Order: sequence, then C-alpha cells, then structure tokens
Amino acid sequence: MSSDTPDGRTVDESTDDPLIQTEIDAEPSPSRDAERTETIVRTKDLSVYYGDDRALDDVTFEIPENRVTAMIGPSGCGKSTFLRSINRMNDRIDAARVEGDLYFHGKNVYDDDVDPVALRRKIGQVFQAPNPFPKSIYDNVAYGLRVQGTDEDVDLDDAVERALRGAALWDEVSDQLDESGLDLSGGQQQRLCIARAIATDPEVILMDEPTSALDPVAASKIEDLIDELVDEYTVIIVTHNMQQAARISDKTAVFLTGGELVEFDDTATIFEDPTDPRVEDYITGKFG
Amino acid sequence: MSTKREELFADVDLSQEKLLNRLFHGLLAAASLFGLVMLALLLLDVLWESSQALLTFDIDIGQFLTGTSSSRAEQAGFGASILASIWLMVLTAVLAFFIAVGCAIYLVEYAPRNRVTRLIEANLANLAGVPSIVYGLLVLALIVNDAGLGSVILAGAIALALLIVPIIIVASIESIRAVPSSVRDGSYAMGATKWQTIRKVVLPQAMPGILTGTILALARAIGETAPLIMVGTLLHATRYPMGPLSDFSAMPTQIYNWTYQADRMFNGLAALGIVVLLVALIALYVLAGYLRRRYETEGGTISNV
Ligand SMILES: Nc1ncnc2c1ncn2[C@@H]1O[C@H](COP(=O)(O)OP(=O)(O)OP(=O)(O)O)[C@@H](O)[C@H]1O
Ligand SMILES: [Mg+2]
Repeated sequence: MSSDTPDGRTVDESTDDPLIQTEIDAEPSPSRDAERTETIVRTKDLSVYYGDDRALDDVTFEIPENRVTAMIGPSGCGKSTFLRSINRMNDRIDAARVEGDLYFHGKNVYDDDVDPVALRRKIGQVFQAPNPFPKSIYDNVAYGLRVQGTDEDVDLDDAVERALRGAALWDEVSDQLDESGLDLSGGQQQRLCIARAIATDPEVILMDEPTSALDPVAASKIEDLIDELVDEYTVIIVTHNMQQAARISDKTAVFLTGGELVEFDDTATIFEDPTDPRVEDYITGKFG
Repeated sequence: MSTKREELFADVDLSQEKLLNRLFHGLLAAASLFGLVMLALLLLDVLWESSQALLTFDIDIGQFLTGTSSSRAEQAGFGASILASIWLMVLTAVLAFFIAVGCAIYLVEYAPRNRVTRLIEANLANLAGVPSIVYGLLVLALIVNDAGLGSVILAGAIALALLIVPIIIVASIESIRAVPSSVRDGSYAMGATKWQTIRKVVLPQAMPGILTGTILALARAIGETAPLIMVGTLLHATRYPMGPLSDFSAMPTQIYNWTYQADRMFNGLAALGIVVLLVALIALYVLAGYLRRRYETEGGTISNV
C-alpha cells in the first residue's frame, strides 16, 4: 500500500521480462514528469456494504493528482463500488452503507457538512454504458453548466465547443449540435458523455470501463483523450483491459474478489514486478 | 429410405393435441370477434338511427351543431352542450393533470419505500375502479351543497377530475418509472439536485406517456353521465355556458335527457348527438395515438392506461 514509492520509475523498452513481451504486449506508458504530485483522494479503512454483504474491505490508499490511476480486478471485486463511493453516488443505492474515511483534498467527504451535490460538481463521472440525455448534443454538453448555474458567467457556445474539442468529438458533430445525442454511435455517445463531464471543469474524472462497449478505434481515441486530460484533471479509471491499464495509467490498483485491495503501485511495477503472487496470476490470466 | 423416413415419426400420435389446438384457437378467435362484432353493431345502429332521423325530420345540421336546446324539438340544438363539454374537459384536465402528476412524482421520487407507500400505490388501481356516481355524490354533498357552489360546470369538472385523477396517476407513475436509472445517474453525477434531475431529465422523458394517459383519461371523462346527473344539469341546455360558474348540460347528459322525451324527434336528435360524442372520442384517441407514435421513437416510453 505504498504510494510513497518514488515515482522515478524507468521503463526499459527492451525489457526481457517475458510477461510484458508475450502475454500482455503492453507499451509502457510514457513516464509523466517524475516529480511527485499531491494526493487528491485518500481512503482509510474504507469498507462498503450492500446490506450484509461486504463489497469493499478496508481499502487504504492515496490517489495522486494529475495522474491516471487505474483500477483492475476480476468482476464483482468492488471497482465500481469504489468509484461510486468517491463521488457518493452510493448514496443513491438504498442498501449501500459506507464505513471508514474517504478524503478529498484532506476533507472527509462523508462528514455531515459535505453536500454530495457540491462534491459531484468537483468530481465528474463517465459511466460504463454511454448514458446521454435524450436532448440535443448541445444541451447534453451544456447540462452541467446549466444545473450548476454557471451558464450565465461563461459564453455557453464557447464552453460547449471547448468541451466537445476536448473530447475529440467536435469535428464529427459541429454541424449537428441541435440533433439528439441519442442519434450518435456508441463511441460518439461515450465521447459526448466525456464532453459533458469535462464541460464543468471538475477536478477529478471517474471513468467506469469507458471503452468496454467500444470498438478498438473508438477505444484508442478515448485513450488518447485520457492522456491529454491528465494535464488538467485527475483521472481514475476502471478497466478490464490489462493492456489499456498498462498503456494509459501511471498508478494501478489491483482489487481481488472480496473487495480487497491487494496491491497499489506504479503501473510499471505492477505489470513487471508485482509483490503479491496473486497479482501476477491475475495479470497473466491464471486467475479471475 | 423413404419408407424409413415415413416411419420415423410414426410412433408419435399428435392428432388429439392438434384437435385441441384447433379447438382453442377457434374459441379464442370467437371470443375476440364477439367484442368486435358488438362494437360494429353498435356503430351501425347509431349511424342508422341518425340517418333515419335526418331523413324523417327536417334537421338543419348547422343549426343542430351551434344552437341551444329547447323544449320544442324543432328548435333544439346541441351547440350549448358541446360548448359545455369543452369547458368541462378543459377544467377537468387542468384540475386533474397537476394534482395527478404531482402525486405521481411524489410517490416515485420522494415517498419513502415503506408499507404505507406500497399500500397507496396498490389502491390507486382500486380507486380507478370506483363507480363514477360515487364521485358525483361526493361533489354533490361537499361542493354543490355544503360549499354552496351550485350545479355549475366547475362542480361537474371537480367530479370528473376526481374520477380520472387515479387513472392519470397510474399512467404517470409508469412513465416516470420507465425513465432509465442510468439517465438519472448521469444527471446526479453532473452535480444536479433532485428537483433539477426531475425537472430537466425525468419529466421531459416521461411527459409523452403522461400526456397520452391524460388524454385517454379525458376520453373516459367526456362520456361520463352519472356524476354529472348527480351534480345536477339542465333538462335542456337553453343557454350557452359563459364560464366555469354557469349552469349547464354536457353532451352525454343532454343526450340522456333527449332520449326519454315523448316527442320522437328528440330521439332522433339524441342519435345525432351520439355521433357527435363519438367523433369527439375518436378525435381524442387519435390525438393519443399520434402522441404515442411521435415520441415512441425518441426513447420516451409510453404506457397504456
Ligand atoms: N446496487 C447493488 N446492490 C447490491 N449489491 C451490489 C450492488 N452493486 C454491486 N453490488 C455487489 O457488490 C459487489 C461489487 O460490485 P461492483 O459492481 O463494485 O463490482 P465491479 O468490480 O465493478 O465488477 P465488474 O467488473 O463486473 O463491473 C458485487 O458482489 C455485487 O454483487
Ligand atoms: Mg463495475
């Protein structure tokens, strides 16, 4: 559980680790500036229960600012649950109960004086299945600004264009902004949802398997996008795709069944030299 | 080879099952046809009666559609009743719509999930089945007499609204529930409040279904006779209603009053009145169908009443 590991990892392209070469074929993610960044989200003994079933088991770790942090692990190990507990979307599930602490910029978001609505205005989310509103493309992107009441302060047209450019969608939809967001393809819809999330300039963007429903071309567009987003945002992404985690993330957290966080480290370390044998088994596909 | 094939299924005897199949097929078809045949007979009868009336009595259609009723059949028209029905429908729609939609939103989005809520929801369907005359009696006692409103259009509208509120609530609940939770999640995750989510995402998507339900409920209300009789209507609508506080006789009550007059011509007028009422009904159904088709393709879910 050491986020204290110095970030100065070096990833040798010509590594002779057979794991990387043959089984995963991962391109090492480009090392972002080696200097350490601030922690933006920190959990301490975070457990989440659905009724009597525990979905997350005493998770403790720190997520760095302006980095991509990937969550991997077998189905049902609590990745989505963890993501939802960051922006308190778990509040919407009657059976869900959270124990332990989750700090955002040092403030426990489960304190009584934290309004989840305010929290979610700083932490955006992109869901596993694209869920655009049945509104025009323009209104979809403007939605956040409108509900947050900032549409008066900014040039709305400008903000919509900027968000759509940011999500690499502008060129495809610039002449059909009045058409329904539901008429776009699945990949375009997912980028629309990303545009919607970044339009309001949140600090953190949570992504739950954002490319699982997409073809490789659309997926790689979104990966490129994530790479650009971390200049301004912190990205926390759940993925089932090992190569994707290896390609785009700086840090990787591995959850295993039962909601246990078994290892958290630099992505290169996780994929090349994991401490826990179960992690190696999972990554190489022997497990989970 | 061929004999072998023929023998392959020889041990399976299906003749009995097939006979049963055909028997039930026939029975079910007959049962559905029965309804259709009765409907067709009814329509034919109405059309026959009204055409007979037009031939036998010298009825001026224009005067019939615009004039007021009269105790003398030759001068009686349906216009005042048509106008009264329009007033009734508008008032009923306004009264029932806001109460019903507000109630549906509360039940789906705000009410705690407990036994009381479930009990209320389960009994809405029962409420929709209460005989309409009961609502008429209620309004007669509370509004017409106790509150002293008198037998006016507003009182009739209140009775009809009470009658259709449960129907609209049920349709609205279904439409609101049908809005996928993923879309709500999308809204909440953007930092929208509950009311913002309801107003900007849930209601727009549920509205086609709510409107369809409302119109179908109005189609039920427009033909209701018993509650209006309880509230009290004119024997002959001899004056055009000028507003919610006018006395009145709506289409169904005027038709009813015409049918038991001694003068045979009144019976003819009643037949014509039924045609007008049917046309209004069909217009409402067409409107509901149009709304349903128009929005069905746009992801909104439409429910049936
Ligand atoms: N709304 C819910 N109500 C009850 N139990 C739930 C709910 N959501 C998740 N769970 C349970 O919590 C556990 C973790 O679920 P979660 O969705 O977080 O897994 P996940 O790691 O995201 O899985 P996947 O990779 O399949 O998306 C599972 O056992 C699941 O059955
Ligand atoms: Mg998940």
